[in-house]
Amino acid sequence: MKDDTIICRCEDVTWGEIRQALEKGYTSLDEIKRITRAGMGRCQGNTCHQIILREIAKFCNKKIEELSISTFRPPTKPIKLGTLAGDNDD
Amino acid sequence: MKKTNLAIIGGGPAGLSAAICAASSGAKITLIDDSLELGGQLIKQTHKFFGSKKQFAGIRGIEIAKNLLQEIKKYKNIELIGNATVTGYYEDGILTIVQGSNGDIFIKLLPDRIIVATGASENMLTFVNNDLPGVYGAGAVQTLMNLYGVVPGNNVLMVGAGNIGLIVSYQLLQAGIKVEAIVEALPRIGGYLVHASKIRRLGVPIYTSHSLKEVYGNDGVEKAVISEINKDFEFIPGTEKELKVDTVCLAVGLSPLSDLLWQAGCQMKYIAELGGYVALRDDHMKSSLDNIYIAGDVAGIEEASSAMLEGKIAGLNAAVSLGYRVDNFLELNRNLRKELEELRANPLSEKVKIGLEKALLKREVDQ
Repeated sequence: MKDDTIICRCEDVTWGEIRQALEKGYTSLDEIKRITRAGMGRCQGNTCHQIILREIAKFCNKKIEELSISTFRPPTKPIKLGTLAGDNDD
Repeated sequence: MKKTNLAIIGGGPAGLSAAICAASSGAKITLIDDSLELGGQLIKQTHKFFGSKKQFAGIRGIEIAKNLLQEIKKYKNIELIGNATVTGYYEDGILTIVQGSNGDIFIKLLPDRIIVATGASENMLTFVNNDLPGVYGAGAVQTLMNLYGVVPGNNVLMVGAGNIGLIVSYQLLQAGIKVEAIVEALPRIGGYLVHASKIRRLGVPIYTSHSLKEVYGNDGVEKAVISEINKDFEFIPGTEKELKVDTVCLAVGLSPLSDLLWQAGCQMKYIAELGGYVALRDDHMKSSLDNIYIAGDVAGIEEASSAMLEGKIAGLNAAVSLGYRVDNFLELNRNLRKELEELRANPLSEKVKIGLEKALLKREVDQ
């Protein structure tokens, strides 16, 4: 895979950025997410988490099921603060 | 705060079937769907279904959706919250929902039971320039063509020879678009051979053990480079072929959309045969939590026919668990399970069956 290949479309994170994070020792999905922002955009990782997990597994010589994954918290998609506060006027 | 007996999340084949089945018991149902139109993927499936007569064989997906919607309308006890996304499950059992195209309406819903029928999302492929305009998922191509009557391009490379890749290729050909080739990473075609033969007869080559390596173009896709791959899915140098295409359509599998099940704390397991992380479930489609049921692709990637049966089983059992009466419940439940078994009694379902075995929670007392 070439370095400029896009892995996370929402946050424009490339394979190069993820590879560098792996090489620095960030080998969990959560760490990679925090360091690169991969999976923190609009689709909340529905597109890139699978790919990143596969690459971590390859890098660490582990099976995907042996890897820890990030915690899922509400909201599943972005919500406007106004909506949450019950103010529908803005 | 709104209250309901049963919240069904997702109005695709699984969710609609669950709603109909559960509504017949008299339970109050709230169906939440994120589209403007109910039916999930069915509303863009212009092809005829396979399988047994009971499972709508020979009928087109769009017609199946119409039939289900007609049924839904018969029940006054089904309330619809459309154009809405369930954004969270909280530990007191409350679902938060955001509704409207601008996401302006916020609803809190407390259901006694929940059926999660959220479906799946499409897998992405990593290749050079995968962010160029002209790279589509097969779902988007179907939406454009079959829902809006818009063709995505003129020359297409299809990636993936499973049923979705084959069927969408055929639909592209029917729309007068040139499908230059289909590439499939596995050494064999994954979908039904009937579909594959139809496409081959129309002159489209299907390259197995091949994948997409790179696409090039200035403002959009202008050409694609495909290459042979070895058994470890690595490109074999020197086997590259260049194709002049303006569109690349990815049909490389689906992953269950299980966020809410994670949030709720259902027991989850990575099962490759089912497409990724799924919730463990018993043979009533109940998860490890007593108030949450699952059905359809979120329970494991399969087809609409099995999703509808799983939906019926989940709907029936969720309603009965609340004390609602369904005539001949035991017999009905047995028959649905038998139908599902028959549907999966074909060689293409072998992999799914291995996965389902791994996902099964054994109930302590069988009813």
